[in-house]
Amino acid sequence: MKKTWAAYPYIFWIIIFTIVPMGLLIYFSITVKTPTGTIISMDNFRRFTEPIYLKVLARSLTLAAISTVCCLLLGYPAALFLSSRDLRHKNTMVLLMVLPMWMNFLLRTYAWLTLLERKGLINTLLGKIGIPPLNLLYNDFAVVLGMVYNFLPFMVLPIYSVLSKIDHSLIEAAEDLGADPLRTFLKVRLPLSLPGVMSGITMVFMPAVTTFVISRLLGGGQYTLIGNLIEQQFLTVGDWNFGSAISLMMMLIILIGMGFTSRYEKEQEGGGLW
Amino acid sequence: MVKYFLKRGYLFLLYAFLYAPIIVLAFYSFNSSRSRGTWDGFSLKWYIQMFQDRQILTSLYYSLVIGIISSVVATIIGTMAAFGINNMKTLPRTTVMNLTYLPVLNPDIVTGISFMLLFIFIRLKLGFITLLLSHITFNIPYVILSVLPRIKQLDKNMYEAALDLGATPAVAFRKVVLPEIMPGVITGLLLAFTLSLDDFVISFFNTGSGVSTLSITIYSMARRGINPKINALSTLMFVSILTLLVIINLMMSRQKNSKEKESKEVL
Repeated sequence: MKKTWAAYPYIFWIIIFTIVPMGLLIYFSITVKTPTGTIISMDNFRRFTEPIYLKVLARSLTLAAISTVCCLLLGYPAALFLSSRDLRHKNTMVLLMVLPMWMNFLLRTYAWLTLLERKGLINTLLGKIGIPPLNLLYNDFAVVLGMVYNFLPFMVLPIYSVLSKIDHSLIEAAEDLGADPLRTFLKVRLPLSLPGVMSGITMVFMPAVTTFVISRLLGGGQYTLIGNLIEQQFLTVGDWNFGSAISLMMMLIILIGMGFTSRYEKEQEGGGLW
Repeated sequence: MVKYFLKRGYLFLLYAFLYAPIIVLAFYSFNSSRSRGTWDGFSLKWYIQMFQDRQILTSLYYSLVIGIISSVVATIIGTMAAFGINNMKTLPRTTVMNLTYLPVLNPDIVTGISFMLLFIFIRLKLGFITLLLSHITFNIPYVILSVLPRIKQLDKNMYEAALDLGATPAVAFRKVVLPEIMPGVITGLLLAFTLSLDDFVISFFNTGSGVSTLSITIYSMARRGINPKINALSTLMFVSILTLLVIINLMMSRQKNSKEKESKEVL
């Protein structure tokens, strides 16, 4: 069984479908088309530093950061309560947290469309108690709400899995030594749950930065995040060189970010989703 | 006691936040008028219209065909690859594994675009074939990641014992190795199928005119605004996923029970 030939089809597949596409992405990002032909240039990256594009980047990062903080604030207590030992029907409760993740995220996003729109349920209910319709859709609020709604389980689950693995004798020891519940939490549970928090942050922040669907559906046609910018460059503007450059930068940001958190997780024996 | 109710109450509110939109969506799929704010009586007309909508039916067909073919092909290539990778020396193994992780970690949109660049570069017309190839590609890593741990746990002595007892390598593989790794292979297959059905971003960039999956159809309909047919479709999809999960859970618990019985009998 010391043979490696079984992996050859896969290696062939990797070369064609992983390495060559990455090479093409790099090639397009460092070249520009001129009337006389294609030349190597850093213009695409230079163009990205123009204020209007930096603004898009800043906006994407800010919204993703806000969503991540909201998910953490909402999700940490939930994970803590789910992992508490006196909770009845615990398995059902955890399953209920996972279930929405099995629903297509387009449909989850679309569900908010029907709630938030001008003639939607929320505005109709508000109208019944005499409040004029609000503009709930097509703004930052709607986009952040969509992100939090879609990614909240990704924050709860890793934190929950780390919290429920904590050796209970540690908590008992802290209590025996006279620590009150708050102190036990701050000195024992919280530090031990940090690896879960780190993977939760990664799993919410990364997809939130790169999304173009949530921003298109809940932010409206004019709403531009970095993902929408890439989509536009390829599908409407047709500037593949600039689009590739933005994609490459985004990929680097994500991979470097992942590198940081995964190193942290390895040291701490963190709990991921897989 | 108060604390317990506070905890329960908090979880209840959070679940309400998670489920209310889905329930409202399902509720209005039975509304006889197009409006979302008012209730005009019970009706199944959106379900009937959905089943008469050619676009929805063809995209359901494409989703299923691509899901099945891509998960099966990915499972075959991925399982073989897992065996090969397991036998590799350290340096090639880490190289291949890092390349395997790349599409998993990379943002979907970057993966989708890099495939698109490749297909246009080799002048393959965007359509069914490109959609299928891209789905196979993003499915393989998940198969490898679920099969590889099983192969690592294999007891080599069992395989060699089978050979010593006169089994040909093929028979030994089929009778000894395959049953051991099967749970990993099945998990990989199901994971690949689910991911393929669920994918939108990569499909969006790699499809051509005429070919669209369910996700792409939903996106293009949702972009034009509210459409009660989508409500009907999502209700059906949610109910079928729910049933599937319940069945899988029941099967797994039954398997577990019978295994426990077996082990008790052995003891």
